[in-house]
Amino acid sequence: MSAPQATRSNALHAGAWWLWALGLAAAASRTTNPLLLGLLVAVAGYVVAARRTDAPWARSYGAFVRLGLLVIAIRLVFAFVLGSPVPGTHTLLTLPEVPLPDWAKGVRIGGRVTAEGMLFALYDGLKLATLLICVGAANALANPARLLKSLPGALYEAGVAVVVAMTFAPNLVADVQRLRAARRLRGRPDRGFKALLQVGLPVLEGALERSVALAASMDARGYGRTAQVPPAVRHTTSALTLGGLLGVCAGTYGLLSDAGGGYGLPLLLAGLAAALGGLWLGGRRSVRTRYRPERWGLRACLVAASGIAVAALMIWANAYAPAALHPSAVPLTAPDLPLWPAASVLLGLLPAFVAPVPGVTGNAGGLQRRAEGPRGEGVGPVAGARPSSRPSSRPFKKEPTQ
Amino acid sequence: MIRFEQVSVTYGDAAAPAVQGIDLTVPEGELCLLVGPSGVGKSTVLNAVCGLVPHFTGGTLRGRVTVDGRDTRTHKPRELADVVGTVGQDPLSHFVTDTVEDELAYGMESLGLAPDVMRRRVEETLDLLGLADLRDRAIATLSGGQMQRVAIGSVLTTHPKVLVLDEPTSALDPAAAEEVLAVLQRLVHDLGTTVLLAEHRLERVVQYADQVILLPSPGTAPLMGDPADIMAVSPVHPPVVALGRLAGWSPLPLSVRDARRKAGPLRERLAGVTPGAATRPEPGADADGAGAGGGGRARGGSGMAPGQVASGPPVVVSGLGVRRGRVDALHGVDLTVRPGETLALMGRNGAGKSTLLTTLVGMHEPSSGTVRVGGTAPHRTSPRTLLKHVGLVPQEPRDLLYSDTVAAECTAADHDADAPAGTCRALVTRLLPDVPDSVHPRDLSEGQRLALALAVVLTARPPLLLLDEPTRGLDYAAKARLIDVLRSLAAEGHAIILATHDVELAAELSDRVVILADGEIVADGPTGEVVVSSPSFAPQVSKVLAPLPWLTVPQVARALEATP
Repeated sequence: MSAPQATRSNALHAGAWWLWALGLAAAASRTTNPLLLGLLVAVAGYVVAARRTDAPWARSYGAFVRLGLLVIAIRLVFAFVLGSPVPGTHTLLTLPEVPLPDWAKGVRIGGRVTAEGMLFALYDGLKLATLLICVGAANALANPARLLKSLPGALYEAGVAVVVAMTFAPNLVADVQRLRAARRLRGRPDRGFKALLQVGLPVLEGALERSVALAASMDARGYGRTAQVPPAVRHTTSALTLGGLLGVCAGTYGLLSDAGGGYGLPLLLAGLAAALGGLWLGGRRSVRTRYRPERWGLRACLVAASGIAVAALMIWANAYAPAALHPSAVPLTAPDLPLWPAASVLLGLLPAFVAPVPGVTGNAGGLQRRAEGPRGEGVGPVAGARPSSRPSSRPFKKEPTQ
Repeated sequence: MIRFEQVSVTYGDAAAPAVQGIDLTVPEGELCLLVGPSGVGKSTVLNAVCGLVPHFTGGTLRGRVTVDGRDTRTHKPRELADVVGTVGQDPLSHFVTDTVEDELAYGMESLGLAPDVMRRRVEETLDLLGLADLRDRAIATLSGGQMQRVAIGSVLTTHPKVLVLDEPTSALDPAAAEEVLAVLQRLVHDLGTTVLLAEHRLERVVQYADQVILLPSPGTAPLMGDPADIMAVSPVHPPVVALGRLAGWSPLPLSVRDARRKAGPLRERLAGVTPGAATRPEPGADADGAGAGGGGRARGGSGMAPGQVASGPPVVVSGLGVRRGRVDALHGVDLTVRPGETLALMGRNGAGKSTLLTTLVGMHEPSSGTVRVGGTAPHRTSPRTLLKHVGLVPQEPRDLLYSDTVAAECTAADHDADAPAGTCRALVTRLLPDVPDSVHPRDLSEGQRLALALAVVLTARPPLLLLDEPTRGLDYAAKARLIDVLRSLAAEGHAIILATHDVELAAELSDRVVILADGEIVADGPTGEVVVSSPSFAPQVSKVLAPLPWLTVPQVARALEATP
């Protein structure tokens, strides 16, 4: 079963990509072995390279990789300057220690830097970076807006807020680029921090204006229309949601405290059920329907299962080979690659073979085009600007509006 | 279908109402055009139809607006969403989702239509607007014309009875605009949709209108009637109407076709006169008084303006290629512009006009060929030096303005250009006689803002002036002022390059027209020769009087005066 060309009908459910990525992330959180972590990053990177589209959101992967590197760097700098709780014998160098007053006991600035401490920090940072890269992979592979579309109806409005915020950010970046370019026209330098600072106010003004215009447009297009719901249903919804949340709180307390071991779990479950019921009932107020929701098919199952399998096998590996998954920093040892856990990580490559192959949509250079001017007067493919086909003679019938 | 009963709208702290005394009815299935100079409240009237005025904008609405029997006082915009579809001026701020197909479906999702109905309507709309190839594209990657069509499509899918459009064709090239208008025409004729639209470019739309509503000046009651009757009195009118008024045709022709039928005698009368001899070669001379004294400027002459250091051509481009991302935006472009020459750069959306202009100010590095602006390579020149060689007024003039008053803007411009204090203010006074120092640039009208940006750019006295789509959003009066200003600048020896879709502007102003397609120059020659031979780039007067080589109404007017 070779993977088909991706179209909207066979598009993989965004949730499947997220489950896969979270599976890899869960596996990463269970080990500090740099070789296994590197393997996880490689697996995620390969799948992204093989299956991402050239849509704007797919470019976030690079940003997440850079963020991961930054996290490692910060972790190392902290370990270098502030020292490390890990005892060590291999002193790399000794920094002058800053004397601190009594009340700051336990905090140290400067002092001995040990190889063990640095290595421990590196492993730790690498783990965090891998988690970030897995999240970045999910972002690049699944359109975040699609995932939010799968939210229950009652949470729809929160989802829209997030989507609008997400489209807002690239617009803001495009505005900054455009205004910096415009500074050049005034004979001012267009690079550097000062240039960025000076365009700040116009960019914010523009952003504010655009959001007001967007709100007007959404309002005029029917955003926030609600159905008439009988008062009884409304009251039941409130009661279920509130009661459910109370139940969740009480149940959690019961689980965590010593006294309530018996009633904690049932109360938590009952609360959860009530809250979900409230959400479901609340969804009846919304009249919205969904256009072409993604279906959860066989390929989505395989993708999600591969991620879950990686996580499960890594958790199991913690039981049979804990030493290999957590190479010790004290004493210093070279990490080795445990065979079976490594093989299980490779399962995460499955999506690169079963997920539909994205087609070329000719989106290249989209962001630059946008950056050029607010009207997007740019280098678009001409076929789109002037379609060769006349509007077809297909009848454009009016259906009764429901 | 739409009924205004004694409507007046007053915004928050304004002293006078923005519009008042509106009492009219737009019947079902009409294409109704709202015209008037800038700032008379056209947008207010449009937004009152979809309920955004007053529910969203605030202000007080007196009287009553009903749409399909629904009173906008009691119905919020969202409750009118199934009868009124609204597309604002900037399609970019209209989009809620991020791909074309989702955007088309968004309105229907909000109304809660059944999935199979949504699917069918999306497919129909994709075909109707020619968007099928773009269905999976991210909206951020579309060109301006594509975005406008997606915006119209996104409100069409809900099958509204009324469609309200604010300047739908301003940003489009002539061909794309015709396509959008053909769609509107079809909606009106086949589906009985009522369309209410405001547009500055009347030459594109007036012949399609069934009714015209004229708002003559701020605060006066509108006139509504047959397009020909209204055009006879309207302060804003397209060239074909101006020609008709000049020749005294009655009823006034609104389309080139009507005008041609009546133009027989006029053509005979003009047959003996060549426009070239009287007026055409010296556009500087047909400005009202601007260059009349010295008969315009000498052709190709340099050093016309005092203090101008125009040695050699201000721009020499040879074999230029520019690559943006994976797209070859320009290739093999050769272009030389002489001092004092005005060149119009035309071509469809996305043909590379803006890229060529921005390359001339050094925003893109050429991937092949060379660009010399005043003898330097722009992308390697510091902005401060480049300012002395070339100035660009971008599509959105506001991008150039940072300060919070006109005076502060002028001081900053003097400082940027190392010009003596007061240089910019003197230019502003010349271009905009009645603008006080303390106004915020944001509060200026579209035309005033353009003039301010132009003054800021001119402060450094660049021998080469570039304008990107300068007439977008300008009414005819503002456009005429711009034309005067640019003509006198050309007479002073500035070379001017305009990237524009406005064929009338190109005909009035330019000596030479260059047409770009797919990043290549496909035509380059004197305006008369290039535009007359092209169906989409020919101005209306030239279409009416073809095969005679007349381009503009002032030319004809002068010729008629000379030969009574």
